[in-house]
Amino acid sequence: MEPNRSLLGFLLSILGLITLAPIAAAQETAPPADDEPELVEFDTAKVRRIAVPALVAPNPADTAAGNSATLGRQIAEVISANLRNSGLFEPQGPAGIRPITIEEVTAPQYDYWKGRNVEQLVEGFVRVGGDGNLTVGCYLYDVNFGQELTRLGFVVPPREWRRAAHKCADAIYSKLTGELPFFDSRIAYIAETGPKGKRVKRLAIMDSDGANHRFITNGQSTALTPRFSPNYKSILYLSYQDGNPRIYVYDIDSGRQRLITASANPTFAPRWSPDGQTILYSMAVAGNTDIYKISVNGGAPVKLTSAPGIDVGGSFSPDGRQIVFESDRGGSQQIYVMNADGSNQRRISHGGGRYATPEWSPRGDLIAYTRIAGDFRVGVMRPDGSGERLLTDSWQDEAPTWAPNGRVIQFFRTERNTGKTSVWQVDLTGRNERKLPTPVDGSDPAWGPVLP
Amino acid sequence: MTNKARTFALLLVASTTLAACGKKEVENVPPVADNTTYGNTGDTVTPSGNAIIPGSQEDFLQSVGSMGDRIFFDTDRFNIDSADQATLQTQAQWLARYPNARVTVEGHADERGTRDYNLALGERRANAAKNYLASLGVDASRIQTVSYGKERPQALGSNEEAWAQNRRAVTVVIR
Repeated sequence: MEPNRSLLGFLLSILGLITLAPIAAAQETAPPADDEPELVEFDTAKVRRIAVPALVAPNPADTAAGNSATLGRQIAEVISANLRNSGLFEPQGPAGIRPITIEEVTAPQYDYWKGRNVEQLVEGFVRVGGDGNLTVGCYLYDVNFGQELTRLGFVVPPREWRRAAHKCADAIYSKLTGELPFFDSRIAYIAETGPKGKRVKRLAIMDSDGANHRFITNGQSTALTPRFSPNYKSILYLSYQDGNPRIYVYDIDSGRQRLITASANPTFAPRWSPDGQTILYSMAVAGNTDIYKISVNGGAPVKLTSAPGIDVGGSFSPDGRQIVFESDRGGSQQIYVMNADGSNQRRISHGGGRYATPEWSPRGDLIAYTRIAGDFRVGVMRPDGSGERLLTDSWQDEAPTWAPNGRVIQFFRTERNTGKTSVWQVDLTGRNERKLPTPVDGSDPAWGPVLP
Repeated sequence: MTNKARTFALLLVASTTLAACGKKEVENVPPVADNTTYGNTGDTVTPSGNAIIPGSQEDFLQSVGSMGDRIFFDTDRFNIDSADQATLQTQAQWLARYPNARVTVEGHADERGTRDYNLALGERRANAAKNYLASLGVDASRIQTVSYGKERPQALGSNEEAWAQNRRAVTVVIR
């Protein structure tokens, strides 16, 4: 293990939302829906043309992360990239469009931007405070209607400037799509190196766009299947540290880890409950694997399945009342749902082929899975098994994980013969697919919730 | 020389009662200096000159023959077929000769399965081999199991032939 310090815990406490001064002609706009997302169809036919000029730095100053004028451009670049990568936007800028003045931030030149053939406009500023922190302001305008749609302000330490960019992009995405935000979130995954027969697998974490990458384990023992805790303070994962596959909970602040059960049996496939109070895991006893749950504080595990086949994995519904899992009790891997106490186990997958790695969407409306019928493809179905839809088509796509807004999925793709792996992202249309930038090969991505 | 006869000869050489052996046999042993390069005073020597410790992994591999340390499975299966039974019987005979030897049975799956399921499948396969060895009289406490799922492929291709080699349970002597 490498020594670790929690950047995350620190930044969680320091990113501050501030209220921007009202501007002329400002009008109340409805806040992004965060309690009850509108159940509108995910409108992807419409690609929004949006301009993202560099944020203005009224009094450019050097910071620990570089000059604030440079940061203003970099923040705009991150906003622009996030929006483009969602597949729902066609951003212009910051490269190739004219810089704006500080006055324009609150008085946009709508006619100019109409001439650029954009529908929306993002403007903002970066100021360096006396304490060295950045104040980042972010405004979204509708160009055709000539009105402000939303605005946000943040105070961040300079090195966390990307979070301000993500928060701004999230506000724009939410406002214009009606969906919940997801950019300001993190991914735990397994970084892979080495030849196929002797892969080195390290636990690693990164931002949802691949930035701020950090290795957590050094690769001496194989690490697999991480899951961020809902509060990002710890990570469940499997390690062969003592020679056997065992689940550990790794504390990001202290860099320490512990086994989740004292049992000498192999444990694997760890998952958190949505409230972070319960750990779901699979354990093999004399070769037979069943699903158990245990309090994060320890205590006696509860055995949830007892079929003679392999019962493995599992994912809580967002309300914590149900668990979707996979079992081969009927002869082949299929998806089953049960109540959180193990009662009422029933199969929901019936489309032919094998179904594996079910993950319940944070929205509750869909379950993502790996479908094995020749090739491995990622798909989604409703919790009753209806509405099955495959989103990817490759030789081996596996192990979907949901973005916090339940509209985007990451998974990993294995290349035939070489065994090389990479982390990919796809939205619910299946059309907007892209590979995440990781420093080495990557597998087993696990998406965490939106940061506070 | 049969495996049995060879083992017998090796045991004779290894014994401290060298004086009881004929002088010719002693002459077959390479000079002591050669032996010490292996750092094992208890080493015995094969006709080719390699040091093999009785009851060791090397001894096991030599005894059970090529691929005799492993059994193979069909996709998603973990049953012990007749070929597997023959292999495990040979392993059990070796284990009977070395009652102090302990083994780990490593269960593996091919790459065409999902990760968690393959870990469970590897457990099933390792335990199937363990149970069969136990049924042949090997004390179960001498047999550990570990599943590597699809993490440690033996054959590196992505084709039926490679996958068939990778769906395996391998018996390894614990040092």
